[in-house]
Amino acid sequence: MIFNKLSEKLQAAFQKLKSKGKLTEKDVKMVLKEVKIALLEADVNFKVVKEFVSKIEEKATGEEILKSLTPGQQVIKIVHEELTHLMGKEKSELIQGREFTTIMLVGLQGSGKTTTTAKLAHHLKGSGHHPFMVAADIYRPAAIDQLKKLGEKIDVPVFSLGTNTSPLNICRAGQKAAVKEGKNLLLLDTAGRLHIDAEMMAELLEIKEVLQPDEVLLIADAMTGQDAVNLAQKFNDDLGITGVILTKLEGDARGGAALSIRAVTGAPIKFVGVGEKVNELEPFHPERLASRILGMGDVMTLIEKAESSYDKEQALALEKKIREDSFSLEDFLEQLKQVRSMGSFEELISMVPGMNKKALGNIKVDEKQLDRIEAIINSMTKEERINPDIIDGSRRQRVARGSGTSPQEVNRLMKQYRETRKLFKSFRKGKMPFFPGNIPVR
Amino acid sequence: MGIWKRIKRGGLWERIASLLISDTDKDIYEELEETLIQADVGVSATLDIIDELKNQQSEKNLKGTDLLTAFREILLGILPVATIHFKDNALNILLIVGVNGSGKTTTAAKLGFYFKQQNYSPLLVAADTYRAAGIEQLSLWAQKLQLPVIAPEAGADPGAVAFDGREAALARENNILIVDTAGRLHTQKNLMEELRKVKKVLSKDEHNLHTILVLDAISGQNGLEQGRIFHKYLNVDGLIMTKLDGTARGGILFAIARELKIPVFMAGLGEKPEDLKPFNSQLFVDSLLEFSEKTT
Repeated sequence: MIFNKLSEKLQAAFQKLKSKGKLTEKDVKMVLKEVKIALLEADVNFKVVKEFVSKIEEKATGEEILKSLTPGQQVIKIVHEELTHLMGKEKSELIQGREFTTIMLVGLQGSGKTTTTAKLAHHLKGSGHHPFMVAADIYRPAAIDQLKKLGEKIDVPVFSLGTNTSPLNICRAGQKAAVKEGKNLLLLDTAGRLHIDAEMMAELLEIKEVLQPDEVLLIADAMTGQDAVNLAQKFNDDLGITGVILTKLEGDARGGAALSIRAVTGAPIKFVGVGEKVNELEPFHPERLASRILGMGDVMTLIEKAESSYDKEQALALEKKIREDSFSLEDFLEQLKQVRSMGSFEELISMVPGMNKKALGNIKVDEKQLDRIEAIINSMTKEERINPDIIDGSRRQRVARGSGTSPQEVNRLMKQYRETRKLFKSFRKGKMPFFPGNIPVR
Repeated sequence: MGIWKRIKRGGLWERIASLLISDTDKDIYEELEETLIQADVGVSATLDIIDELKNQQSEKNLKGTDLLTAFREILLGILPVATIHFKDNALNILLIVGVNGSGKTTTAAKLGFYFKQQNYSPLLVAADTYRAAGIEQLSLWAQKLQLPVIAPEAGADPGAVAFDGREAALARENNILIVDTAGRLHTQKNLMEELRKVKKVLSKDEHNLHTILVLDAISGQNGLEQGRIFHKYLNVDGLIMTKLDGTARGGILFAIARELKIPVFMAGLGEKPEDLKPFNSQLFVDSLLEFSEKTT
């Protein structure tokens, strides 16, 4: 996924929060401003954004959050949770287990109905489903041809009556034919239309009333802008949609339209289209889209990991040491162990927002290197660990021998330690890296 | 204004006009910002437009209709005026590109119709050999509009199809060649490279070649990214904005024009063949603002 400047800004704002021991309402407001911009750039409708942000503000400025030990993380967590919540908590399945299921696909021109009809048939084929597709788009030239060709590809029958009869007639006859052929899943591919075209919308309503579909799915393009609310509202008002399929999500659109559609219709997003091939349809995961809309990595997993393995008392003790500038090699070792208990370093880094594989580039974390550092520190006397400045040439030789490393490596560690200390000094001035402790990377 | 009136259904932009001429003391800029964002203009273009208007207002102490006029001028200033020129005595080639579902095939057919009306001699080429029935769609349109079309086998190499189309146009002495290509997301590198090849095939012999990006008016901020990347690969000469007869106003045009300086060539204002019209930025902006009516 592309991380644009805005999400970088957003991440920078989050980063600031993360480093803060205590949050003020002003801090929260600053971050929420960035959240707002990120959501707007992701095409979430303006009104939806406004409501969302004020809701977050209410929650995030509560006493409990501001006083918590990791207030910055708490705010991020709230943003992400609310976003996921707004998107529908869990993945939503299609209606299943009925004797005969009818699914009607509706949407604007070019949203991807015909392709999605075939994808859905392909997806539902097997597991007791015997799909049957009906080509009810009599308006777009060659739309029937397109569905037939797709049907051949996935080996699902396509019913059509040409273009000289009404879509309602086609659907009705299609339903009969499906029953006759012993099929139990009817998919109706309707023509694309503008939601403000009253005549065309009435045509859909008629089909719905006669066919009584179990599902009316709105097919929406992930690249849709602010107008998503208008079209979704109208389709829902006129037809009562039961779900949404978001198409073309394999691109770099952030897909904020999904949030708008969900907010105005309340209908769950059931699938996402992620490619042109018939098998490129996936169940919808609200969390993933929430992260995508915010332009963040898997922040939540990271926060949870950090929370579960990071002992709060230890954190307080560390904070005190840093404040007193008494951070020793012993603490350095402790930090190292803490971070390692959270998982492999590369795994952790990949969860940091902005740090996708590409951004990581050729930074390779050598886990063995970490073992050696542990060995070096373990070979020191307690005195040396607390006051590393006393380590001279001969002590260095001894430590190197004891840990099975070289004096150069001991030197390198000393340098890293001093840099960490320096970093912690700047932390006291308010610039703290996300992880406590400076882990050597090379 | 005629057909351009179709743009203003929905009332979003009219709010701006009434807001600007309202002469109230309240902060109009916040509401202006909201409206522009809701019109898909995008955050950064919106902030720029508002800054510019604020500057002009305080410099010249603008009020009421003068403020609205200034706003109109700012919008017009963003849209490039340059447009595409066609030669009568040579082959003009239009390479139609865009993401899936933006309306390329329909637009290619309507363009053919437009040029025929203008007494050119157009030839259509169905180089969308990938999408199921993409070729049939253009062929049926051609039949309906009585336009000649080159329809290859499904799955044929688009570069080869384009080449054959060019040869055919030269042999038949057509002066407009409209090449419809398969939709592709701008993030698909190999498909973008494929388009670059098609363009290369067509640009031999210095014909008058124009690459036209088709953009759906409902596009959100991703439209700008589409513009950027198609432009990077192909040097887009003009935009066609489709589906302007819906409730979306294509505000992303301002964001694209501001950054990429690509002129808008035509606008799709309805489903009928004759509803594809040469883009007129004054009519466009005035329709958005209901300018003429509000000020007279």
